[in-house]
Amino acid sequence: MVKDQEFLKSKASYCLDLAKKMGATDASVTVGHSISETVNFRNKSLEASDRSDGLALSIETYLGKRRSSISSSNLLDENLKTLIEKCFETTKITPEDEFNSLPDKNLLAKQISSLNLYDETRFENDKKIKYLKDLEESASSNNQIINTESSFTENKSNFILANSDGFCDGYKTSSFVASCVTVAKDENSMERDYEFSSKRHLSDIKQATDLGNKAAKQTIRKLSPKKIGSEKISIIFDKRISKGMLSAFASAISASAIARGTSFLKDKIDEQVFANSINVIDKPDIIKGMGSQNFDSEGVNSNTLQLIEDGILKNYLVDTYNGKKLNLNSNGRSGGTTNLYFEKGNISYEDLMKKNSRSLYITETIGHGSNIVTGDYSVGATGFLVEDGEFKYPVNEITIAGNFKDMFKNIILANDLEFEYSVNSPTMMIEGMTVAGK
Amino acid sequence: MSNFFNKSDLTRQDADKLVSETLNNCDDGELYLEESKSESILLDDNKIKSSNYSSDLGFGFRAISNEVVAYSYSNEISKDSLKNSSENLKSTLKSIKGTYNHEIPKSNKKFYKDINPIEQKTLDSKLEVLNKVNEFLRKKDGSVKQVTASFAGEQKSIEIIRSGGEALTDVRPLIRFNVSVMLEKNGRKETGVYGIGGRQSYDDYLKNDNWKNVCEEAFRIASVNLESKPAPAGEMKVVLGPGWPAILIHEAIGHGLEGDFNRKKTSAFHDLMGEKVASEGVTIVDDGTIDNRRGSLTIDDEGTPTERTVLIENGILKNFMQDRHNARLMNTRSTGSGRRENYRHIVLPRMRNTMMLSGIQTQDEMIKSVDRGIFAVSFGGGQVDITSGKFVFNCTEAYEINNGKIGSPIKGATLIGDGPSILKEVSMVGNDMMLDPGIGTCGKAGQGVPVGVAQPSILIDKMTVGGTKL
Repeated sequence: MVKDQEFLKSKASYCLDLAKKMGATDASVTVGHSISETVNFRNKSLEASDRSDGLALSIETYLGKRRSSISSSNLLDENLKTLIEKCFETTKITPEDEFNSLPDKNLLAKQISSLNLYDETRFENDKKIKYLKDLEESASSNNQIINTESSFTENKSNFILANSDGFCDGYKTSSFVASCVTVAKDENSMERDYEFSSKRHLSDIKQATDLGNKAAKQTIRKLSPKKIGSEKISIIFDKRISKGMLSAFASAISASAIARGTSFLKDKIDEQVFANSINVIDKPDIIKGMGSQNFDSEGVNSNTLQLIEDGILKNYLVDTYNGKKLNLNSNGRSGGTTNLYFEKGNISYEDLMKKNSRSLYITETIGHGSNIVTGDYSVGATGFLVEDGEFKYPVNEITIAGNFKDMFKNIILANDLEFEYSVNSPTMMIEGMTVAGK
Repeated sequence: MSNFFNKSDLTRQDADKLVSETLNNCDDGELYLEESKSESILLDDNKIKSSNYSSDLGFGFRAISNEVVAYSYSNEISKDSLKNSSENLKSTLKSIKGTYNHEIPKSNKKFYKDINPIEQKTLDSKLEVLNKVNEFLRKKDGSVKQVTASFAGEQKSIEIIRSGGEALTDVRPLIRFNVSVMLEKNGRKETGVYGIGGRQSYDDYLKNDNWKNVCEEAFRIASVNLESKPAPAGEMKVVLGPGWPAILIHEAIGHGLEGDFNRKKTSAFHDLMGEKVASEGVTIVDDGTIDNRRGSLTIDDEGTPTERTVLIENGILKNFMQDRHNARLMNTRSTGSGRRENYRHIVLPRMRNTMMLSGIQTQDEMIKSVDRGIFAVSFGGGQVDITSGKFVFNCTEAYEINNGKIGSPIKGATLIGDGPSILKEVSMVGNDMMLDPGIGTCGKAGQGVPVGVAQPSILIDKMTVGGTKL
């Protein structure tokens, strides 16, 4: 069983008291416990089981504007005492930083509403095994599939965040993740693809057979790919890739990147940065949402933020430290976005596919090709050539490149938004990007 | 060396007994105990932004029978906790019986000293170096708009207890010093990053004001990029500089030669053993035995002494990298490549220091032979799709080559290629092999481990450059 609030609170207050006693002017502590169990399958038989049970504690001590931190997995009082002493000794010799402080008291979360983020259902390993058997049975039903690997993970966590201004709260969360990776082979090539389902509640997890079938179908259609020539072409990003654009956007508007001047979106508040049909929202209070939270990692209340309104940048993602630097209040985004999404567009998926007589549909990218300082984007890609709205043949060993500044202004979104993950996007088209191939 | 039992109700004898009893009917497995102490100190935006110290302690208990691996970890070293883990392993493996393999090779060679680098340099003197870096770079040029510098240090102690009570231990120091600088000129911003590190004390790397060289290198890379033009798009010849660009070898070839992917036949290399996979003159080794290198290990995380494993010899595929589990199932021996990020993770076959050895040509000859192509000197990260064999990496410093001459710098572009065929496109191998500066971390299945790479300059006849200029 995951440790209860009382246990975590007692550890947190032990640390806060000790830090205060040593002379810390402020302190903040997070204690968490997490238990997770995974079963892995390969080619329809059990391959591994993995159980993890982890406690973690981190504490920050302040002496005026001086601050330092420690973290540990060893929660014995004796060890904590040694570490807090070490932490406070370090704090004393760390230079002052005028922006160091606990969050403003009036911004702290007060009322915690239930977001239904915890499902206490215990899915025994035997049941996980049954699920994975069904999944791999359907994933391997086509004889072009030569390898299947799947796993089911169940996780239960609990945490407490407490600080010396009296904030002390936390809550349990759970997650269930089923995933499947399949390998297909024909005379020309061997390809891999995947599908997964990740939910707060067990009952929302996709059916095993659906997951297996989908992974297999997505893999088989990639067989015998061709390389295309280098050209400018319209690119359609599958949902699993278009959400990555949102993640890149989120890192470019984090207060830390803005305060340091290392973002291509610095000083762009109230300016047009996306096409004027685009709205981007970060909503922390979605019931059962994978990114939902009652407060951020500093205890600050987080409300829904409209980040982009009709293409115009309205907000950065602000935490306490960088907020003070930028003269902005924290908006509860220490730790990043919550449930981030593009509002759906007004063209159907079918019409988007037919919009150009020829386009490139991307299902996977590899490499770390997003540069937040310059906005330059260049990644390896895999996908399909689309003609007249139909997949013609699979394409690989190409790269796609552009600059976010131009790409964001040329985004067209389909109306097929679904809330599956913590970042969600409809299918996306960007016209006029460069493909490098043959 | 850590004593894992002195603060626990669990005695060494209890542990031995429980390990033997649990693993008795299994093919392999061990109790892995780990204590790590680490620090990170960061200067950013003119200030010491954070100073963090972290201590971590825990165990991972593994039992293997046939193809099934059962694993359980906890950060509570106690009788109850270990018993729970043991029950958990037994219940997974209840119907599968094996015969324990007691054999494990021994060596008394050590490739680094038992030091704690964190304690060997005072916090004050670390802060002083970081402040000097900041001052030095900001004074150097008006275009310097942001400076980030950091120290990261770690000491990890491990003990592996096998069935029958055999115990193997290792103490692993590791440090890294990093500088990143952002320049702004005529409205353009570019960053340059450089770092050094390995398994010695901070001062071994920083003596003779070596931090200045790190600053100069980061500044030089950023300056070059301020002048960069859009990169070309399409297939062309690529000359790779020596040292760090060997992450191409790591991505293109290295991962595909890890035992697990080949046992499962999901690697593009699985049926190519003994075949020609590279041009003549190309020899690639994975070496865990180079003194003090970031990727070196005295023993791997299963207790096997590391070695220098020849992967490709003169173009022919010779060996895969193996941990005990995959080696047993493939009827071969472990190459000392079983690694894990920490006690929270299972062991996987991984790279250590992956190196292409020197040939006979010069970099100059390579450049002169290219009509149209690029010269890539430094890279950011890379990634590979093991199954299709396609891999990418991102240039952070590269130049055009026109008619045998190095031209203007080009913007960061992704290069993409095909692992199994790329080494056949290598037409020249330089005489200038160099090790990387000691900064690499390799990610696999969510686990990061420190690695090294090395190579001479090489000429690749055909690769796709992912720029924007057609």
